[in-house]
Amino acid sequence: MPAFTTLTGTMVPLPIENIDTDQIIPARFLKTTDKTGLGNNLFADWRYDDDGNPRPDFPLNQPQYQGAQILLAGDNFGCGSSREHAPWALIGYGLRAIISTRFADIFRNNALKNGLLPVTVDQATLQQLFSLSTEDPATAITIDLASQTVTLPDGRTLSFPIDGFARYCLLNGVDQLGYLMQQMPQIEAYERTHPDRVNTLQPQ
Amino acid sequence: MTSSPPRTLFDKVWDAHVVTPQQDDTPATLYIDLHLVHEVTSPQAFSQLRERGLRVRRPDHTLATMDHSTPTLPRNAKGIIPILDAMAAAQLEQLKQNCDEFGIPVYELGSENQGIVHVIGPEQGLTQPGMTIVCGDSHTSTHGAFGALAFGIGTSEVAHVLATQCLLQSRPKTFEIRVDGRLKPGVTAKDIILAVIARIGIDGGTGHVFEYTGEAIRSLNMEGRMTICNMSIEGGARAGMVAPDDTTFEYVAGRPYAPQGQAWDNAVRTWRQLPTDEGASYDRSITLNASTLEPMITYGTNPGMGIPISERIPDPASIGDLSQRQALEKALNYMALKPGQPLLGQKVDVVFIGSCTNSRISDLRAAAQVLRGRRVADGIRMLVVPGSQRVKRQAEAEGLDKIFREAGAEWREAGCSMCIAMNGDQLQPGQYAISTSNRNFEGRQGKGGRTFLASPLTAAAAAVTGRITDAREMF
Ligand code: SF4
Repeated sequence: MPAFTTLTGTMVPLPIENIDTDQIIPARFLKTTDKTGLGNNLFADWRYDDDGNPRPDFPLNQPQYQGAQILLAGDNFGCGSSREHAPWALIGYGLRAIISTRFADIFRNNALKNGLLPVTVDQATLQQLFSLSTEDPATAITIDLASQTVTLPDGRTLSFPIDGFARYCLLNGVDQLGYLMQQMPQIEAYERTHPDRVNTLQPQ
Repeated sequence: MTSSPPRTLFDKVWDAHVVTPQQDDTPATLYIDLHLVHEVTSPQAFSQLRERGLRVRRPDHTLATMDHSTPTLPRNAKGIIPILDAMAAAQLEQLKQNCDEFGIPVYELGSENQGIVHVIGPEQGLTQPGMTIVCGDSHTSTHGAFGALAFGIGTSEVAHVLATQCLLQSRPKTFEIRVDGRLKPGVTAKDIILAVIARIGIDGGTGHVFEYTGEAIRSLNMEGRMTICNMSIEGGARAGMVAPDDTTFEYVAGRPYAPQGQAWDNAVRTWRQLPTDEGASYDRSITLNASTLEPMITYGTNPGMGIPISERIPDPASIGDLSQRQALEKALNYMALKPGQPLLGQKVDVVFIGSCTNSRISDLRAAAQVLRGRRVADGIRMLVVPGSQRVKRQAEAEGLDKIFREAGAEWREAGCSMCIAMNGDQLQPGQYAISTSNRNFEGRQGKGGRTFLASPLTAAAAAVTGRITDAREMF
């Protein structure tokens, strides 16, 4: 997994609540067996018209937001399905962090496992960031994971919460499968002392 | 005598599966009893195993089925279900190859046990009380109806479970949803869960596991409990649970993977210990009264935008919070509906009976009860999609398929179908569907399609009249 330490970049605002994973990447694009190539279809039904042309009023299509690496989104981002294609599509497009007031549980887990940082802020801060990015799209902010802070252009810093283990893994690029594999002795010990609850190969 | 502090159902299942406990800086390692796999969220996980030279640790705890991208078209003359989409065909083939290579049993398209992943676990008796169950699919919450801790995971986590049979998890909080009283005739489990989500909102359960309690839940059959647990994720919770009882045991008994003989007696004795102890507390609680509930229907673009069927669509002007007002305006704009408009009488184009929420035999019986001796209205397309091949055979044995066909509905092969619209079954832009599925998100049932979520009774009634109708008027 790619490490995430600090990021200084511009923001693209999507002030919509409850953006579900069907909007992030519609189901018809899930027939792939790869993780790559999903970025072009990020937000496909909002981003393109029926003929496949970019809609000029959608923020991701606007020239002033090209190259933004931070997405600002309304409350409860990533609700709905468990598809990890959602973070893959966001990363494929070039995003590295999402700022919202709340993230759906499965989406947050999936994002963290792919080096995409979910940053939770309060409503007032989010509104302020929306204003900053709208008034001056060139505004860059800095997200520092080690200190768990967001620094605004005027030097003000805000802190954000993150689960300690997820932070450790992101900072060091540790992949959680490796961490789990190290627990094999404990897993074997658990299996020895617990009844086998299911055997799918042998109907009773 | 030893006395331990009272625990909830969730606490007991969680505690029994902790391999290494949660610390300040590390999550718990949780053992997983059953891992269900399907074609859409697993290919990249198998690739990861291959890249690292890992095997599937417990193929005997793992089962795969084909459901999401599978067509539900009728079989051809050779008895084969044709796959018209090359990418879907490749994805299904990939699942077959992965399962063969890693030694995992797979229910292939059209084979006798194939079906939607959350329908087959319970019907095979694989889903049992007290288990931990995961799948790369958010509606894994369905299996919680048996008193299992069951939740959806992403593809990275699918790889974790394949390789280690474990997951890293932080302990969620508990949320009791108590439904007292009895449902009135014509009001169903689907209406309970739509009412719950309308009340708490689609993020109301974030970070929590629901436990559904109360007389109304206890008096539901297992299929009704599954419908409710299925949509826990629509209320933001990753899992929902119902304490196991005699209804549960009767359902599980005799199924292919259920314990038998002495093992069954031992299992039931253990399962009887699972219900929440008296005096145990939940982090949050709400109470509803089932006797006041009406059939529910959604009008907007998330499952929390639901109202009793005879009510009018809310007016954004009455909402104080700016972003919530904008969300409602956006939803009504997408749905092309007006504030204050009644939903009764609203025209629909398509009726979909199916999905892991409502595609089991009792759901099909409910829809058939409305359609018996009636016809689907002119110009309405109705799809009836059984949740599994077993459900399909059962329905055919009961003659339900005949009722549907004679009414003018399409009787399809088992799969997710129009719930997710990645398999050829989909709405056309602008069409209205009344669906027994679980998500009414923009474009969920096809780009530009508009979805009303409701119970099988309500959906079947709309098929007959071509308009949103209170099914209770038709009995
Ligand atoms: S029926 Fe719908 S919700 Fe259920 S597993 Fe299939 S796609 Fe998901």
